[in-house]
Amino acid sequence: MERNPLRRQLQIMRKSLFDQGYLDEQFVQLEELQDESNPNFVEEVVTLYYRDSARLILNIEQALERKPYNFHKLDAYMHQFKGSSSSIGAKKVKAESTLFREYCKSGNGEGCMRCFQQLKKEYTTLRKKLEAYFQVARQAGPMETACRPK
Amino acid sequence: MNSSGGKGSMSTASSSAAWKAVDSVPDQFPAGLRVLVVDDDPTCLIILEKMLRTCSYEVTKCNRAETALAILRENKNGFDIVISDVHMPDMDGFKLLEHIGLEMDLPVIMMSADDGKHVVMKGVTHGACDYLIKPVRMEALKNIWQHVIRKRKNGWKELEQSGSVEEGDRQQKQSEDAEYSSSANEGNWKSSKKRKDDDDETEDRDDTSTLKKPRVVWSVELHQQFVAAVNQLGIDKAVPKKILELMNVPGLTRENVASHLQKYRLYLRRLSGVSPHANNLNNSFMNPQDETFGPLSSVNGLDLQALAAGGQLPAQCLATLQAAALGRSNAKSSIPMPLVDQRNIFSFENPKLRFGEGQQQLMNNNKQVNLLHGIPTTMEPKQLTTSQSIGNINMQVASHGVQSSQNNSSLINMQVAPHGVQSSQNNSALMQMGQPQFAHAPRLPLSLGQPIISNGVAANVSTQNGIRENIRAPGYNPVPQTSSMLNFPMNHASELPGNSFPLGSTPGMSGCISKGTFQEDFNSEIKGSVGFMPSYDIFNDLNQHKPQSWELQNVGMTFDDSRHSNSLQGNLDLSQSVLVQQGFSSGQMSGQNRNAALVSKAMLSAGDSTEPGNPLNASQHLNSLPVDNTIRVKTESVADVTDNLFIDHFGQEDLMSALLKQHQGIAPAENEFDFDGYSLDNIQQDQINGIIRTDE
Repeated sequence: MERNPLRRQLQIMRKSLFDQGYLDEQFVQLEELQDESNPNFVEEVVTLYYRDSARLILNIEQALERKPYNFHKLDAYMHQFKGSSSSIGAKKVKAESTLFREYCKSGNGEGCMRCFQQLKKEYTTLRKKLEAYFQVARQAGPMETACRPK
Repeated sequence: MNSSGGKGSMSTASSSAAWKAVDSVPDQFPAGLRVLVVDDDPTCLIILEKMLRTCSYEVTKCNRAETALAILRENKNGFDIVISDVHMPDMDGFKLLEHIGLEMDLPVIMMSADDGKHVVMKGVTHGACDYLIKPVRMEALKNIWQHVIRKRKNGWKELEQSGSVEEGDRQQKQSEDAEYSSSANEGNWKSSKKRKDDDDETEDRDDTSTLKKPRVVWSVELHQQFVAAVNQLGIDKAVPKKILELMNVPGLTRENVASHLQKYRLYLRRLSGVSPHANNLNNSFMNPQDETFGPLSSVNGLDLQALAAGGQLPAQCLATLQAAALGRSNAKSSIPMPLVDQRNIFSFENPKLRFGEGQQQLMNNNKQVNLLHGIPTTMEPKQLTTSQSIGNINMQVASHGVQSSQNNSSLINMQVAPHGVQSSQNNSALMQMGQPQFAHAPRLPLSLGQPIISNGVAANVSTQNGIRENIRAPGYNPVPQTSSMLNFPMNHASELPGNSFPLGSTPGMSGCISKGTFQEDFNSEIKGSVGFMPSYDIFNDLNQHKPQSWELQNVGMTFDDSRHSNSLQGNLDLSQSVLVQQGFSSGQMSGQNRNAALVSKAMLSAGDSTEPGNPLNASQHLNSLPVDNTIRVKTESVADVTDNLFIDHFGQEDLMSALLKQHQGIAPAENEFDFDGYSLDNIQQDQINGIIRTDE
């Protein structure tokens, strides 16, 4: 009984994440990897992502404090960050990363800075949403396996 | 694959063949496929691991390339396939790919978030069997086993082909299966090619999936043998069968060699990618960078092997040049070994270069001709051009005007002139020239006591480094510097109109070469200095351009000892001269000298062995015989000599100009290096002759 509403809530949350473009297909891939042997796989991966990417965010921030910008380095950091973000399906974050790299390539420091601010916003927003989602998921129980949003 | 397409089917099919590897793959292949995944991103790594596990593969993950290599080395047959990220902090993914391909011969899949065309292309050229764009999906991983089968299948196919066609096939397979020992199959090789089709059908090994070929470990020594064999045959003529025969390693199959050769070619191509494409020849070896082959060419520090391998200039070319030069030796100007292709030279020089031999060659005048014109060549056609050019270069170098000799104009890149001139293109030409030449006359008797890289080299020397002084020295005598002045045996005087092979005339040459290089008279006097003058430039250029591997530096060093002691100048076996260049290292070119030394070493070795492969020995041999390796040396020395300019780009024009300049500058002192009056001749000549003789 309890589970149903929780599951229902979970599904609603999940759908909204996809509908609003926070997550993409890659997230589903992660969900498909989750099974009885790894009931919290998705949450573990996302936690790992946030932990590891925080380092990259910091690096980029520091690099943006040094003028003139070392675009090559910035691009390299962002390349890594993008790879990571895309592997968990963080759609909006990935889009901002791509944009950031474009600015780097064209040497647009202002653009980089603005873009980075936006990226951090998306990054933080996603984290909050996912944290809430996982909280519900844990409460809802491990039985539920993600199904493709169709 | 014949397998019916299903995973299971393959295994069953295999049972029929005796192919099953000893450590047979479980029947449920591809389940149990042993995968090593390398990625510095922990998130991706954990996801990949989970995905692969879900495919029922056996996964090992690591986040550093070095660790991955260590794991693979420790457990040679412990993995079936490797998946690696492209961008990693400790080592470039492509580099790892190369290592794995050469050492373990495992299929490698590259991954990256980067889907740019050039990156994917890089994967292809480096030999990756697939390229995945991140984020990686499960579907993409599900089918990676196909690469394992494919690789095995191809391997088997080769075996089959090589094996005898007659019923031996089956047996072969089995024996092969057992251990790829080639002994059993060797006999079969001959016949099999045709059977390939037939065999394929039959053997088609369904069980390729289960096959596990014993992997051949390409140890350093084995690889060195391989490279030596390749150099000996000439990169374009190196066919697995012949290489195998030359290597004469029991248990090695033609197939092993073939796949290794393929990788090696890729490697060479990559190396030379940096070099100017103008000559195309050099492409292959122009960029010796490889670490993989490091050990091989460590001899002189020069990446002779790389050079040799990639090289267009087979040591032989050098040798030839040298020989030619020597042949003429008395003649006037020895052919200035075209330093041009130092790179080439080196590549071919392969460790086998023995300078000692080179010397002898020098003595042979006949060879000279080769040098210049037809530079023998192990080099491939395109290389030949270079080789010819080498000859040309020599000629040109020597004679100011690039000798028409070969069309390879590129060869002459010997531009004596400023290193810069050479820029890659020349180098290639030069390099090439070097090689082909060496092919024939592998050893240009470097008789130099002092490597008087007369031809051309001298020229270069003077221009480039300051060797000018040397050149000027009226006595070209053995380059003051350590002078390995390899006087390239520009004996060709006649032929090489001044072939002052731009043997990277190391500074040493300056002294000696002075004569030779000045193209004009090279012929006449080339005695020792043959064309070095220009060569210097060339070398310089080469050196500069040379992609790293030219560790000629060592080469140069050796020259110091080279017998040249000084008279080389006259005869400068070109090869010697090259050496000389190295000799130079003694003083003039800090970097160059080293190179020169290296080169000379290489050359020497080249000279000796006639085979390009001894660049490594060059140093030792330098003394003995820079001759034919002069060419080799050139490459090497060139690199070193002038900072590696030589080899890279010997622009003929440059060389010539350089030579001319030198000539002019110095000329007064000595005869303008025309070699006519090779001043050296008096003393040096004797010395040279003596040297040459002794060498021989």
